[in-house]
Amino acid sequence: MKVTIDNRVLEVEKGVTILDAAAQAGIKIPTLCHMHMHELNYANKPGACRICVVEVEGRRNLAPACKTDCTEGMVVYTHTPRVLNARRTVMELLLSNHPDECLTCVKSGRCDLQSVAIDLGIRKVSYQGATTHFEMDKSASIVRNMDKCISCRRCETACNEIQGVGALSATNRGFGAIMGTAFEKPLTDSECVNCGQCVAVCPTGALSENPHIDEVIAALNDPTKTVVVQPAPAVRVALGQEFGCEPGANVAGKMATALRQIGFDHVFDTDFAADLTIMEEGTELLGRIEKALKGDKSVKLPLMTSCCPAWVLYMEKHNPDLLAHLSSARSPQQMFGAIAKNYFAKKIGVDRKDLIVVSVMPCVAKKYECKRPEMSTNGDPDVNISITTRELARLIRQYNIDFAKLPESEFDSPLGESTGAAVIFGVTGGVIEAAARTAYEVFTKKTLGSVDFQAIRGFDGVRVATIDFNGTPIKLGIAHGLANAQKLVDLVREGKCDLHAIEVMACPGGCIDGGGQPFHRGNGEILAKRGAGLYAADADKKIRKSHENPDIQKLYKEFLGTPCSELSEQLLHTHYSKK
Amino acid sequence: MALPIIASFPELAEMQKKCAADFALRELSNRPEGVTAEEIKNLHNDGFEQYVLVCGGTGCHASNSAEILKNFEVAIEKHGLNKKVKIVRTGCFGFCEQGPIVKILPDNTFYVHVTPEDVEEIVASHLESGNKVERLLYVLPTTGEHMPDSKHMPFYKKQVRIALRNCGFIDPENINDYFARRGYEALAKVLQMKPEDVIQTIIEAGLRGRGGGGFPTGQKWKITREVQNDTKYVVCNADEGDPGAFMDRSILEGDPFSIIEAMSINGYCTGANHGLIYIRAEYPLAIHRLEIAIAQARECHLLGNNILGTNFSFDIELRYGAGAFVCGEETALIRSMEGHRGEPYVKPPFPSVRGYKGYPTNVNNVETFANIPPIILNGAKWFASIGTEKSHGTKVFALAGKVNNVGLIEVPMGTTLRQVIFEIGGGIKGGKKFKAVQTGGPSGGCLCEKHLDIPIDYDNLIAAGSMMGSGGMIVMDEDNCMVAVAKFYLDFTVEESCGKCAPCRIGNKRLYELLDKITKGCATMEDLENLENLAKVIKDTALCGLGQTSPNPVLSTLLNFRDEYIAHVVDHRCPAHQCTSLVRYSIDPAKCKGCTACARNCPVNAISGTVKNPHTIDPAVCIRCGSCVSRCKFGAITVE
Repeated sequence: MKVTIDNRVLEVEKGVTILDAAAQAGIKIPTLCHMHMHELNYANKPGACRICVVEVEGRRNLAPACKTDCTEGMVVYTHTPRVLNARRTVMELLLSNHPDECLTCVKSGRCDLQSVAIDLGIRKVSYQGATTHFEMDKSASIVRNMDKCISCRRCETACNEIQGVGALSATNRGFGAIMGTAFEKPLTDSECVNCGQCVAVCPTGALSENPHIDEVIAALNDPTKTVVVQPAPAVRVALGQEFGCEPGANVAGKMATALRQIGFDHVFDTDFAADLTIMEEGTELLGRIEKALKGDKSVKLPLMTSCCPAWVLYMEKHNPDLLAHLSSARSPQQMFGAIAKNYFAKKIGVDRKDLIVVSVMPCVAKKYECKRPEMSTNGDPDVNISITTRELARLIRQYNIDFAKLPESEFDSPLGESTGAAVIFGVTGGVIEAAARTAYEVFTKKTLGSVDFQAIRGFDGVRVATIDFNGTPIKLGIAHGLANAQKLVDLVREGKCDLHAIEVMACPGGCIDGGGQPFHRGNGEILAKRGAGLYAADADKKIRKSHENPDIQKLYKEFLGTPCSELSEQLLHTHYSKK
Repeated sequence: MALPIIASFPELAEMQKKCAADFALRELSNRPEGVTAEEIKNLHNDGFEQYVLVCGGTGCHASNSAEILKNFEVAIEKHGLNKKVKIVRTGCFGFCEQGPIVKILPDNTFYVHVTPEDVEEIVASHLESGNKVERLLYVLPTTGEHMPDSKHMPFYKKQVRIALRNCGFIDPENINDYFARRGYEALAKVLQMKPEDVIQTIIEAGLRGRGGGGFPTGQKWKITREVQNDTKYVVCNADEGDPGAFMDRSILEGDPFSIIEAMSINGYCTGANHGLIYIRAEYPLAIHRLEIAIAQARECHLLGNNILGTNFSFDIELRYGAGAFVCGEETALIRSMEGHRGEPYVKPPFPSVRGYKGYPTNVNNVETFANIPPIILNGAKWFASIGTEKSHGTKVFALAGKVNNVGLIEVPMGTTLRQVIFEIGGGIKGGKKFKAVQTGGPSGGCLCEKHLDIPIDYDNLIAAGSMMGSGGMIVMDEDNCMVAVAKFYLDFTVEESCGKCAPCRIGNKRLYELLDKITKGCATMEDLENLENLAKVIKDTALCGLGQTSPNPVLSTLLNFRDEYIAHVVDHRCPAHQCTSLVRYSIDPAKCKGCTACARNCPVNAISGTVKNPHTIDPAVCIRCGSCVSRCKFGAITVE
């Protein structure tokens, strides 16, 4: 059908909104609440902010471009005085109930409200009056400053529709309406699992990570401490975005240099621990499969991965009856911490209390994970401080490092060596693919032809693949986004699931879209590029199977013995309880 | 009371005939010319000679009509009149200000402000001896004349009751009374017609939604019918939320069966088998009556499977609202029924296409449904002959404010505001001067003197800057400040906004704050400009009907009473002397006799003076409560 937008005649399909039709013609109508990422099936379209209003000929009032479908012969104007005045007035209203804290706000420069206000040329706020105030809420992972909330509903959509968690939704009404928890409980006591997807989509500074940079700086400046750092796989393909690199660019080498310049004593890599995770979790999986093949009916299958702390807490809070399905293997972050404090510290002759382990994670749930009591030994946490990718970028800036100009360097030994299997931990399907590479070879005692399990890859919310383990079909399931995961969990509960293993990453797309990553601001392409970046990093690696990592082999030989040995169980495994 | 199963058209006709015969005397008493003794003698009704109708609407119920009813039972027993006099608890008579109301048939004697203690006298004097109790008759405020019966009361004379046809007349808890008044005849007729033809009748009748929007009802039915789906819903919107409006409540309390029948007709026409009534939980009496009516209809098999022996099956459930104004908006209502937060969503899709749980859903308001059976029975032409060119039929209004006769009225579309206010409403209270009339509730606007002669209909009210709304009509006199009126409505909207869209959530709050500033005399002309701009932007950008219409009270008062706004802003003066911050009380020393009455009654001791000497008011202490004015016998206190 034909529509005319700003005097340009366009041919559009039925069901296309004015917003999308205009975008096709290069007309960028401003939006605020609207966020639609086809890649992740995320659609927040409440039509609530009314910033995108346009004038439609023959219509009494202005139309929200994001929620109005084009009709045959429709004539639309996107910048008449009436439209501009309405947009500015609505923006002034939003600003009239928003703190004037831009200069000190964590979101400054990355704030959608700020960007749109700048674009609209707001120079004063004509409407002033009462403002809403809410108590600040800080969980281990997330800070909620609802004074900055503009009720765009993005967090509600992420928390309810994508994650199925239901911690945040609209409460109160009128001027006091706000995204809140049930009975206004603190996040910690709510259904929240710390996934941080609310933070990832929040347009303002209302939701942000609980910051821990200052603790890192203090540790770095304490002469009694040896400080080691471990950046997670997904960090290397996202950090560059903060410094003007192409989305998805792998900046592992520059990052290692930056971490060294900041002053970390040893620059290691969580990827090393990811390989270790495969050894432990893979062994656990094969053990269960072998028992099941021998007819043991008590074996809990499918085995569910446990790398993602938000997913683990989700199971503990929402499906406590099925905790036995979770792998007992700790996450790579925590395996790294345990090995650093119990193996590496001894190796360099440092008391574990004087070794500070810092993790750089794409995630805010990791902040919570390292505070779990079972992740400490005699009150000393295996991982002391966890910061996000965004916080690392801030730290790099504060340390006056010109990131773009940095030379590349390698991670340190012995906890810096990793395989291609480890780096794909950061994208949905990556953990199960890495596990399959090792499990296949251990189970069949044969060498894999191709290590690329294409059937497992992709962004579909729930994926299932069967892999032939030399005559034994092994069925693998993958889910990302907790609402998708719940679909598989329901099947397990109903006894209708014949899968052997299920990989779950709480965040849609996996860690590449973690709550601690540089903001995608609704651009799904950025996430796809991060995923592609990880697969490219895998393909570039000489060694692509975890069990072939020489430093992992050495670790078992020198210290742990075999996977799932008594010492491995003690250091690298954990237990769960109803929360 | 055991009810028979009515499983076929002949069985229904038989039942109606029997009930109508029992009801014959009551029906005759309704005739303009009344009923003669001769006619009564020849009747084969239920055997009673007189009927005592006691109002059982919420208003009279709250004023103890239940005890009045009980006392009638005792007194009638005592006087041995059981066989001659029947007591009926009816729904609302509409003249709520005069309640509790007791009406005697067949002579239509209309007793007002009846107390339980009056009952004995009514029974002994009137029912037993035929002498009306003069002191309890309605007194015409203009002449002081006692009105012998309701037919001569101006309040009723101009009314045409279609939606309210059974209210205050039948026992709403007895389906037989409904049968007697052609109840279910419309459904029977419809079930023998093609749904398309029924819808065509509604379209030709020109019935428009009575909930406020005025959308053509037949068209809505047609759209719902044409959407292909095995599951469809009929929803009755009984979430009446306008302050002071009680049209729907009265219909549900006084004639619940008509709504059940109309919803069934709608179900047959649109292809829906499920009916839902969304009613606010704060209407307990209406809920109670609906529950009884639904149970009786089910007992008669007029709800359930194979109604009247046809293939048509239909049943109704109640859904309770928590009293949020926005849930009267149909999309918010649907969200609320689904168990979600009651918030509107952007249309399209319209509920007729995708509504409750994603199924096609026909949402109509109570009063709209109440008009359906009469249209079916009397035809589209009859209905279209009432009213104006584009607005057919009647409209029920809750008439309130500074008029003599406050209550519920039903008038043909096209009746002028003047007729409603000065004839039915009996003019302005206390002989004061008419200033404005607010129609349409918080979504409507204030009309003034120059609008008094416009015929009331959907389009005329919108053209004048207000709207029909669901039927609230509040009359204001010279003592009402129009800025304060706008502020009152904004206060309501701010409270009732769901908070979803920014213009309504924040904009209305700012509108209220600006109005507050104006009433306190600290606003500037720039504020006034901002007020007008903001009101227009909210109207232009808000998500739902509530938000889009919420600035109407501001815009209409700005249009019709701009000078009052300017008086507040420029002169720091409230012409109606209502805005306390702008009012000054002073004592005219020439008139003051020094009686000390004002000083003794001032709650804050703001008045000083000695006996027989002129007093003075300290404006710094004065709280402008006005108690001195009412105490002064010499008119010495001036307010400016």
